[in-house]
Amino acid sequence: MTGVISTQSTELRSRVEDFLYAEAALLDEWRLDDWLALFTPNARYEVPSTDRPEGRPDTALMLISDTRAMIGARVKRLNSRKAYREFPWSRTRRIVGNVRVLGVAESGELEVTANFAVYRTRNGRTHCYAGRYLYRLVPDGDAFLIAFRRAELDHESLDEHGTISIIL
Amino acid sequence: MAYRDTIVCDDRSRGIFRVHRSAMTSERILADERSHIFNKCWLYVGHASEVAKPGDYLRRWVGGKPVIFLRDSGGTVRVHYNTCTHRGATLCREASGNTRVFQCFYHAWTFDTTGKLMITPGAEAYTAGFDKADYALRGPARVAEYRGLYFLNHDPDAMDLRTYLAGATEYLDLILDQGGDEGMRIVDGAHLYSVRTNWKLMVENSIDGYHAPTVHATYVDFVKDSGGGTNPAALGTGQGFDLGNGHATMESVAAWAKPTYWEPFYGDAARPEVEAKRARLIDRYGAERGERIAGNFRNLLIFPNLIINDVAAITVRRIEPVAPDRVSIEAWALAPVEEANGSAALQRRLDSFLTFLGPGGFASPDDVEALESCQQGFAAQPGVEWSDISRGMGRVPLPNDELQIRTFWRAWASQMDGAGFPEQVVDVETPQVSQPAARS
Repeated sequence: MTGVISTQSTELRSRVEDFLYAEAALLDEWRLDDWLALFTPNARYEVPSTDRPEGRPDTALMLISDTRAMIGARVKRLNSRKAYREFPWSRTRRIVGNVRVLGVAESGELEVTANFAVYRTRNGRTHCYAGRYLYRLVPDGDAFLIAFRRAELDHESLDEHGTISIIL
Repeated sequence: MAYRDTIVCDDRSRGIFRVHRSAMTSERILADERSHIFNKCWLYVGHASEVAKPGDYLRRWVGGKPVIFLRDSGGTVRVHYNTCTHRGATLCREASGNTRVFQCFYHAWTFDTTGKLMITPGAEAYTAGFDKADYALRGPARVAEYRGLYFLNHDPDAMDLRTYLAGATEYLDLILDQGGDEGMRIVDGAHLYSVRTNWKLMVENSIDGYHAPTVHATYVDFVKDSGGGTNPAALGTGQGFDLGNGHATMESVAAWAKPTYWEPFYGDAARPEVEAKRARLIDRYGAERGERIAGNFRNLLIFPNLIINDVAAITVRRIEPVAPDRVSIEAWALAPVEEANGSAALQRRLDSFLTFLGPGGFASPDDVEALESCQQGFAAQPGVEWSDISRGMGRVPLPNDELQIRTFWRAWASQMDGAGFPEQVVDVETPQVSQPAARS
C-alpha cells in the first residue's frame, strides 16, 4: 500500500518539480511576460520582512505583498529600460530543491514548499538570496497555475542585497 | 580643519553651493562625524509603541553603539548600552522580546530591567570594596521623548530635545496628529537593508524632489496606469524649508494616493472610508490644518539621520553609517493606532506603502541604484572633486529645489567645526539673482 502511495506521490512531486524548474528558467531568462501567464486571476505574491518571516500582509509590513494586478505592474516595470536597478538586467541563477507536496485539497489545489538559492550578479558583485517558497498550485491540464507564491528569506537583513529588485 | 569653506562651499553671493566628495569617501571624516555629530546630536532610537508593555525590549545600534531599548518593570522607557559591565559580553542577544531580567551568558551576571545589578554568581569571592551599585548597566547621557518618538544623546551638555527639534515640531505634529486620540504606532515588521553608499547620500535622497520624475519614471507610469495622479493642483505646489538646527522639509499637495487622500488605486469600495478619514481630520483640526494634514505630502529630515516621510504612507527611516561607503537602513510604517491589525484601513496603508517604499517597492530600488552609482563615481577624485547642490538658491525654494539638502550640509559643516548650528535660512539665499517664484 505504501508503495502505491509512494509511486503516486513521487509522480506528483516530479510534476511539481518540473513546473517549478520551468518557472525558475523563465525568471532566469527574463521571460517575465511568460512568467506572468502562470498566475491565476486572484493570485498573490508575497515576501515577508526579514525580521518577521511569519508576517502576514494584513498585520505586518511586508517587503512585497502583490495582488495579481501588482504582479502585472511589477512585470511591466521590470520590462522597462527605466527600472534602473534592473537595467541593464542582472544575471540570476535559481537553484530550487527540497521540493515537498505538503497537501492536496479536494479541489486538487496543492500546497507545496521548496528551498531556494537565487544568485544575482550585477555590477561586479554576486549575492545570494536564500530561503523557502510556499506555493499553492492549481492543476491546469498537465501543468499548474500559481494561486499563491511566497518567498521567506533566511537573512536577518538585506545587508548584502540592498533591494529585492528581481523576482525572488 | 575647517569644514566650512573647505568641504562645504556656500557661496551665497553667486548662488553656488558645493560639497567636496571626500565627505563621502574619507575614513577620517567618518571618524570626525562620529565625534562631532553622532556623539553630540539627538539620535532617534525607537517609538514607544515598540516597547508597549513593561519588560518589552529590542536591540538596536544607534550612532555606532549597541543599545537595548526597553520599558522597565515600572513602565519607564530606558536605553542601556548592550554590554555587560563585568567583562563586556553582549547582554541582550535576541532582536526583541519581553523579560524581567537580563542575564549575561558569559558569567551569569544578572541585571533587572532598570539596569541594577542583582546577581554576581559566587558573590563571596569579592571583597568588601566591591559594590554592586558601581556595576549597574550604563546608558547614554540623555534619553528624551517627543510624542512617542524616543531619542538619545551621548553628550551630557546637549540642549534639551524640544529646543533641538526647533521648527521640526510643526511638521512632526502634522504627522503625529493623524493618530487622533489613540495616537500612532509602529506596525510590526521592519525593512532592514544596507546600501553601498555614504550615509549622507541617503539623507539627501530622502528629501530630494528633483530626482523624482527621472529616477522614478516607472513609478510615475504605475501611478498613471492605476488611474492616479489626477489632482492637477499638485503640480508646481509646495515649498522647501529650513526648519532650524539642520532639520528640513519639503511639502506639497499629494501627487498620488495616501491613506487620507483617495485615488482609484484604493478601489471604489474604499473611497467612503478614506474620505471619512479626511473629514475627521478637518473636523478635529479645522478646514485649513485638517486639509493640510490629509491632502499634502511632506518629507521631513530630523538632523542628522532620521527621516519621516508622509507620502504614499508614513515611513520612519533611521540611517546608520557603517563605513564611508556603506550605510545601514531601518525603516518602519507609522500608522494610527485606530487602524487595527486585520483592518481594511491598515491593509490599504501597507499596500500603499509598498507601492513606492522599501527594498521591494517600485521606486526605492532605483534610489539605491542611483546612490550606489554616485558612490562609484566618487572614485574619480581628484579628477572630479565637487558635487553641486545649488538648485533654487535664487528663488523661494520649490520642493524640487535643493534648499532642504543645503540645510543638512550647512548644519553638518557647522557641527563638524564644533560651531553649533548655523543660522536658519528664512529668506531667498541669493536674492540679487532671484527670479519670480514659480509656485502658485
